[in-house]
Amino acid sequence: MNILVCIKQVPDTKDVRLDPETNTMAREGVASIMNPFDRHALEEAVRIKEEHDGTVTALSMGPPQAEEVLREAVSFGADEGVLVSDRAFAGADTWATSYTLGMAARSLGEFDLILCGKQAIDGDTAQVGPGLACRLNMPYVTCVQKVSEMGGGFILVERMMDDGYDVVRLPLPALLTVVKDINEPRVSSLKGKMKAKKAVIKVLTAADIEAEKQYIGLAGSPTQVVKIFTPKPRGDRTVFSGTPEEQVNQLVERLNAYF
Amino acid sequence: MLIVDCEKCIGCGVCEEDCAFGAITVEEGCAVVNENCTLCGSCVDTCEPEALRIEGADRIVRADLDEWSGVWVFAEFRHGNIAPVAYELLGIGRQLADQRDVPLSAVIFGAGVEEQVGSLIASGADKVYFADGPELEQFREDVYGHVLEELIREFKPEVVLAGATAIGRSFIPQVANVLNTGLTADCTQLSIRREDGMLLQTRPAFGGNIMATIECPHSRPQMATVRPKVMKPAQPDPDRQGEMIRYVPSEQSLTSKVEVLESVRSELDNVNIQEVEILISGGRGLDSEKGFELIRELADELGGAVAASRAAVDAGWISYPHQVGQTGKTVCPKLYIACGISGAIQHAVGMQSAKTIVAINKDENAPICDIATYSLIGDLFDIVPLLTSKIRESRG
Amino acid sequence: MDYFLSEEQQMIVETAREITNEKIIPRRAELDEKNEFPAAILQDISKADLFGIFLPEEYGGFGGGCFEIVLLLEQLARGCVGIATSYAASALGIFPILIAGNDEMKQKYLPAVVTGEKWAAFGLTEANAGSDASGVRTTAVLDGDEWVLNGTKQWITNGGESQIYTIVAITDPEKGARGASMFVVEDGDPGFSYGKKEDKMGIRSSATRELIMRDCRIPKDRLIGRQGTGFITVMKTLDVSRPGIASLGVGLGQAALDESVTYAKQRVQFGKPIIAFQAIQHMLADMAIQVEAARAIVYAAAHHIDAHSKDMSKVSSMCKVFATDMAMKVTTDAVQVLGGYGYMKEYPVEKMMRDAKILQIYEGTNQIQRNVVGQQLNKEYA
Repeated sequence: MNILVCIKQVPDTKDVRLDPETNTMAREGVASIMNPFDRHALEEAVRIKEEHDGTVTALSMGPPQAEEVLREAVSFGADEGVLVSDRAFAGADTWATSYTLGMAARSLGEFDLILCGKQAIDGDTAQVGPGLACRLNMPYVTCVQKVSEMGGGFILVERMMDDGYDVVRLPLPALLTVVKDINEPRVSSLKGKMKAKKAVIKVLTAADIEAEKQYIGLAGSPTQVVKIFTPKPRGDRTVFSGTPEEQVNQLVERLNAYF
Repeated sequence: MLIVDCEKCIGCGVCEEDCAFGAITVEEGCAVVNENCTLCGSCVDTCEPEALRIEGADRIVRADLDEWSGVWVFAEFRHGNIAPVAYELLGIGRQLADQRDVPLSAVIFGAGVEEQVGSLIASGADKVYFADGPELEQFREDVYGHVLEELIREFKPEVVLAGATAIGRSFIPQVANVLNTGLTADCTQLSIRREDGMLLQTRPAFGGNIMATIECPHSRPQMATVRPKVMKPAQPDPDRQGEMIRYVPSEQSLTSKVEVLESVRSELDNVNIQEVEILISGGRGLDSEKGFELIRELADELGGAVAASRAAVDAGWISYPHQVGQTGKTVCPKLYIACGISGAIQHAVGMQSAKTIVAINKDENAPICDIATYSLIGDLFDIVPLLTSKIRESRG
Repeated sequence: MDYFLSEEQQMIVETAREITNEKIIPRRAELDEKNEFPAAILQDISKADLFGIFLPEEYGGFGGGCFEIVLLLEQLARGCVGIATSYAASALGIFPILIAGNDEMKQKYLPAVVTGEKWAAFGLTEANAGSDASGVRTTAVLDGDEWVLNGTKQWITNGGESQIYTIVAITDPEKGARGASMFVVEDGDPGFSYGKKEDKMGIRSSATRELIMRDCRIPKDRLIGRQGTGFITVMKTLDVSRPGIASLGVGLGQAALDESVTYAKQRVQFGKPIIAFQAIQHMLADMAIQVEAARAIVYAAAHHIDAHSKDMSKVSSMCKVFATDMAMKVTTDAVQVLGGYGYMKEYPVEKMMRDAKILQIYEGTNQIQRNVVGQQLNKEYA
């Protein structure tokens, strides 16, 4: 069972704040972490590997420092980490990213199962998983909250829906994007950390994966940013003070319309 | 790579001020780019002396734009009902279609869809393409994807909008990908640029800290998903006329090895917090599951529903369908009362457009107070019960 | 301060820190309130390969020594001393086997401890034998191929939760100090049962019970080492384990200091954060100095013990006294710095203060420790 897990290194967006004075996003001191949804995808891949035997390859498209999350992946049970990195990939939107990851996956061989996190917490688009499945011509299911069974060339999963969940059966090879409910990731182990330290992370360039220039990076991105701006703060604000009783009275006066 | 032409640069610093990432500074009269640059290109447009350019940004043209016309809305149909977001999409779709002077069409698949198509026309669709059949009854990513792809290739709409629901977020990206076109997710604003008729798609980024406006200049269709409760639904006019077109998908598109064996509805939490006008929401400040009892009492008194921040859901005090925020639901109630919620941006993006926001928090510096209409500073365990009983009193 | 840890030692610290932050801190208040044994967290610790940290590689362990245990326990104690004690007590329980057991015995018990499949506990204390270990009355009599144990052990940490118990019993009443031996009693052995769980002031997530042996029959090969070496094994065990307990004090002190400084920076009174006032600053400074000094002496003692240098007893007693007295003072000061809030269960420092007290009592009271040091000084300056 050859499993591929796609991982992204992202800034810890809960720590990213807009500085109201300079109107810039303060990124200093914001840690780079493994995208939390990808952590769950990796955990699921390792569990499947432990149950069904096989290998787990962690793949990431990113700048050279993204090697850190691939090492982290090895410490959590991945057998190998591969970084596809090239200046030419800079500025890629989800289309170009899916294309690049698709070419990278192809260059690494055949996979029975590909796992991705539902979305990256910096982009929040949830588009790369389905895009990659499209590039590789694989059936896929998103928002998987449980992998129930695997066997006979099929996989049975639960797909989280807005009103509950669907039980879906699809043939392998397939791609799944997962949600956090799927598992509780393990803590890293000492042996895992030592393995990660020794691991050699393969780095592939655009040429290595035979990616065509016009489909990667900025050039390969059908979407383009027109502008970036900061959201406007709300106008009317009142902060009450006094005892809880006093504050409640003041509020109730103003909310009369609701009751 | 963002390249600065120091000969042209006059060191005015407009780019430095504008850059939301702090990636450009003026040093010794010339702009210098640092590693925070995300190649968004905002500064390139604002630079008067045209001293900035992004290298390698030349894109191939993927479509002959003139061939593509019309605004489409994908109307989701599940378990016998049209999803409310479809009417919101028709609302904004109508505006865009009028600006472009093109027809607005709805696309809908399912089993037993035909009878319901009329409501889409009443809400503004000039045409409705419907595909009705048993293979379309259950949502399958590949089947819905192939059928929509076929429709788009045949009828060439310039814009396709879909709801950012579990279904929409699931298969629309695949459709965009196979059509080699761009897709912008979770748009909060959509408009047409007057100069060239391009769709401008605005969405929050970096956890909601900033807003980005995106365009898709060289490929078609321009695709966007919109979260439920973000756009206003169209006002239905039952007398409106429109065309109903039955579409028969190819055999190939309906063939799939994916099977949906069962559809399980969530029994426990039937209330859809997106449909309710009053929400009382609890966060980390509740300290435990028991804290939600106070929330429920207040919600009952006001005839509202209970919502929660991610912290409360992650702690296991309440289930996920109640979660509001970046990784939860977007809500737009008339009244949103946030109890013990810090209001970090990831939560705020899910509720900041509520008409009236009340924050009850120990800490007056909590971010929620920056967006709340009314902030009560104190212990929620004192304030919430007092509020509940005061409201009960006022009712008499 | 920089203690020049090796890469592997750094990894131990990081791994332990992750468990503390992700698994221990979120649950510590609940386990304390409910008097609940942290079984799941101990499993997480074993999955992180930390249970075998001090056990030899040939049994699947990491091959580390006293210093590695000290690093680990310091991090766990930053989270919760009750949980860290559960780990420490298991290590304490297995040490006699490691120090004095033969190969067969080690092969039988050590691998299971490494994988976290089994935990251990140390059975010395009795109602009449606390500081005065010679008061042990539990007997072991050889009957054919079996030892028969009779007696009751009191206040045994991990009692009722562990599977492996290393028990001190008198085999030759006339021989005094040379009349005791150590045995391995296993959960399930006939005649072996547990008393009620104690309700304690602090370290409430740690389980404390009586061990009751009534004609408890165990196979002959359960004798650890040679008959009569019981108290020697006990002494050697305590020498090695005391720095671990001291390290609990260091971690606890650090946690209390962290809470205090964070609070002092946020709490505004008289128009300023209270850390701006010298009274508070001096308290915090003294706390920080004491924590660092304790860390330094504990680390030095651990290295000393790993090098099998002379004076192990004196060194290990010194660090135990210093670090645990420090922890009591620093946690009490922490409650003071947090004032009214510090007294409330909503904030973590009151638990830290309650947890600190036992560190001055168990594994040899600090009075006994001072005896050890005093007697050693007497010998040295002969």
